[in-house]
Amino acid sequence: MNAKTADKIATALIVTIAAIIILILAGLLGYILIRGVGHISFDFLTSPPETIRAGGGIGPQLFNSLFLLVLTMIITIPLGLGAGIYMSEYAKPGRGTDFIRLVVEVLSSFPSIVVGLFGLLVIVNLFGFGFSLFSGALALTVFNLPLMVRITEQGLKSVPREQKEAGLALGLSKWKTIRSIMLPIAIPVILTGTILAAGRVFGEAAALLFTAGMSSPRLDFSDWNPLSPFSPLNPFRPAETLAVHIWKINSEGLAPDAPEIAAGASAVLIITVLLFNMIARWFGRYVHRKFTATK
Amino acid sequence: MAQSVGKQQPKPHLREEWVGRVYTFLCILFLLLTIFSMVYFVASKGLSTFIINKVNLAGFLTGLKWSPDSEPPLFGALPFLIGSFSTSILAAVIAAPLGFCAAVFMTQIMPKFGRKIMQPVIELLAGIPSVVYGFVGLSVIVPLFRDIFPGQGIGIAAGAVVLSIMILPTITTIATDALASLPAGLKEGSYALGATRWQTIYRIVLPTTMPALLTGIVLGIARAFGEALAVQMVIGNSPHIPRSLFESTSTLTSAITLSMGNTVMGSIQNNALWSLALLLMIMTFVFVFIVRMLERRSKL
Amino acid sequence: MKKTLMLIIALVLTFTLAACGGKNNAGSGANGTTNGTNAGNGGGSADAGLSGSILATGSTALQPLVDQASKRFMEQNSGVTIQVQGGGSGTGLAQVSQGQANIGNSDVFAEEKLEADQAKGLVDHQVAVVGIATVVNPEVNVDNLTKQQLIDIFSGKIANWKEVGGNDQNITIVNRPASSGTRATFEKYALGEKVADVKGSIQEDSSGTVKKLVGETPGAIGYLGFAYLDDKVKVLKYEGVEASEETVANGTYPVWAYEHMYTKGEPDAATKAFLDYMLSDEVQNGDVVDMGYIPVSKMQVKRDVEGNISK
Repeated sequence: MNAKTADKIATALIVTIAAIIILILAGLLGYILIRGVGHISFDFLTSPPETIRAGGGIGPQLFNSLFLLVLTMIITIPLGLGAGIYMSEYAKPGRGTDFIRLVVEVLSSFPSIVVGLFGLLVIVNLFGFGFSLFSGALALTVFNLPLMVRITEQGLKSVPREQKEAGLALGLSKWKTIRSIMLPIAIPVILTGTILAAGRVFGEAAALLFTAGMSSPRLDFSDWNPLSPFSPLNPFRPAETLAVHIWKINSEGLAPDAPEIAAGASAVLIITVLLFNMIARWFGRYVHRKFTATK
Repeated sequence: MAQSVGKQQPKPHLREEWVGRVYTFLCILFLLLTIFSMVYFVASKGLSTFIINKVNLAGFLTGLKWSPDSEPPLFGALPFLIGSFSTSILAAVIAAPLGFCAAVFMTQIMPKFGRKIMQPVIELLAGIPSVVYGFVGLSVIVPLFRDIFPGQGIGIAAGAVVLSIMILPTITTIATDALASLPAGLKEGSYALGATRWQTIYRIVLPTTMPALLTGIVLGIARAFGEALAVQMVIGNSPHIPRSLFESTSTLTSAITLSMGNTVMGSIQNNALWSLALLLMIMTFVFVFIVRMLERRSKL
Repeated sequence: MKKTLMLIIALVLTFTLAACGGKNNAGSGANGTTNGTNAGNGGGSADAGLSGSILATGSTALQPLVDQASKRFMEQNSGVTIQVQGGGSGTGLAQVSQGQANIGNSDVFAEEKLEADQAKGLVDHQVAVVGIATVVNPEVNVDNLTKQQLIDIFSGKIANWKEVGGNDQNITIVNRPASSGTRATFEKYALGEKVADVKGSIQEDSSGTVKKLVGETPGAIGYLGFAYLDDKVKVLKYEGVEASEETVANGTYPVWAYEHMYTKGEPDAATKAFLDYMLSDEVQNGDVVDMGYIPVSKMQVKRDVEGNISK
């Protein structure tokens, strides 16, 4: 067999497999969306769930998911950025740094269930935060943090050395150089990575079962005082996110339309993640253009 | 502005630098603290099965019988270990060639289509919650296997298929990154020498990116190993070593999620589950260690 | 210039957010008390004048009922906040005995899960009865199983439906994990003994999954709470007795259990009011029946921890 034929066969094979993957993906997404989209309506997205009667919605769950995402990011981003900057700029190469890098790597591959159990033991019980959004956000921070660190490191590594050295040569402090020269260049990479990491928060259920809880107290959407127990903004209330809700109604749902609600909620979840990805890309490009003045 | 900076340069300059250093150092300290407390708490809980409840460690690792409520309670975690390993490795066996082909397709054959459409969609897969995967697996794959193969459709095979789709993004993304970061000169040199695309991929691209590809596969296995809810829905959860790929069995994670809420913290049944979590954690260390080895080898 | 401006904004945002994070953290201790006072203020204007916050946690099977009832209770008593959590019977009992929760929901008697000295301080409130029925795949043409047949099936001695009068088809057992309260009830009252897990049997903790698997897998057998029964699965008679509300209530169908809400010692006013509400006709004849439970008041027999039946 000559090289040309081998090339053609191999190419055909790869293209076929790629096509199969695309088909699987399309089938999977199609299956979820087609089963679910018909059930999505404004009412479904805003009304509270029903336990035994048909016609419940996913309003609080959707809100909880988004709010938890924001909370997690509020905690994760500053910590992750800081740790990432330290790893890429301040840490001196050596045993200590190698060790830290190893630790970050280990943390990033911890199973979410182990993180969830740790959250139950330490955050919920030991620190006494109880089943709450805050506990959930902390648990999610634990496994988003290493991701964030890696993303920041990657972003900073992608900065051309000349630009960094130019900054230092101008007599700027290292911190100032990082902040005003390196970070802006790295931001598109960091941002895209962050938003993709946020997608994980959205879909996570195993860790949240043990930390944020499986119930949603009644919410008063006219009360925006974060300290009031009924306020949707109170971070210390238990909250069921969309992914956990899907798990719950799949396993114990008593409402006659439970399968439809699960399908609808799954579709909503996927559409949200899709939107997220698109916004991440668009925003990353937009910021890139703004900061680097390239067209 | 330049003037004012010039005037008070030394002090704010130093203070600024100090703030940066301390802030970033605190962040890393927090990270370290988190992981150490995690290891400490899980280990202390997991080890108490052996220290306080006096369960035999060797028996725990090699025992075939898991019946925590019998008299005396038996804790043999070997079926779970076998279940976890076979499911995640089989998942990687399915996902690895697919992921590699997808990566080659996206970087070498149709880069534009790949970057614009395929990559986002594959990344989207990573965002689908495991619960949804589990449910699709239970509604589609289990009935399919039940019709085609003897058995109940549930088991390692169904778990591996569900997991393979879940880890496809991990493997594909790492493979794509590795292929894309290949120096263009390497490939162009190969083409210039008259090599076909397949020859270039096979002889140049594959060997140079091999460690990265293997890293992706190990990370995929690690993710599959730790996945809980999706697996629990399709694996059947019987605490036995199965006779075939289509018979109900358990993994470490499914055993934990199945019983954690029903047992009382501090009881021997509960501690045994923490021991399983500890095993999971140790396996994570092993996986990371393997990835390290791979990376070191790639440097030689 | 624009570049710096955007960067500054980005950084300022980051740092304020960080500061917020810190503040939240520090405020958490104080938050608990704010909760209390808020609830107290609300209580002043409420009809019953009750106030306080109640945390009920535990059994996922009982959760929907308590959840539903608590919503109505909170509408009537605006000063009371009730949070209902899942987590499983074990978690519920542990948390209530350690004082982390006000109410521990459980499918089983506390004595069966906790050490004797832990269980002693808990007060039992039986709020509903759950009947458990043996179910099979709709295509299985067996209508009745005796106790001995069930034991043989669940212990793996009988592996084919033809041995109990059905078609020649292998039996697939859909069981619950050993820690499950539903399994404990089924083994205690239907089988009368604990059986070891059979090789190849399926174990699921959630009723939804059990129902789906029994409904779809040919030759499958499992057991479900009455609430989950519908035409997707076939309900079997036990020793010739139909599984229904009446047969449970008059004591002829033995496979049932209480749903418990435990408190540590005597409950405080708000918790007591809520537990009384759970036992009121409004809940017992409303939500309890709606969710497929049997009201405690309807029961003509009583059962204690040891399983002794009394009229």
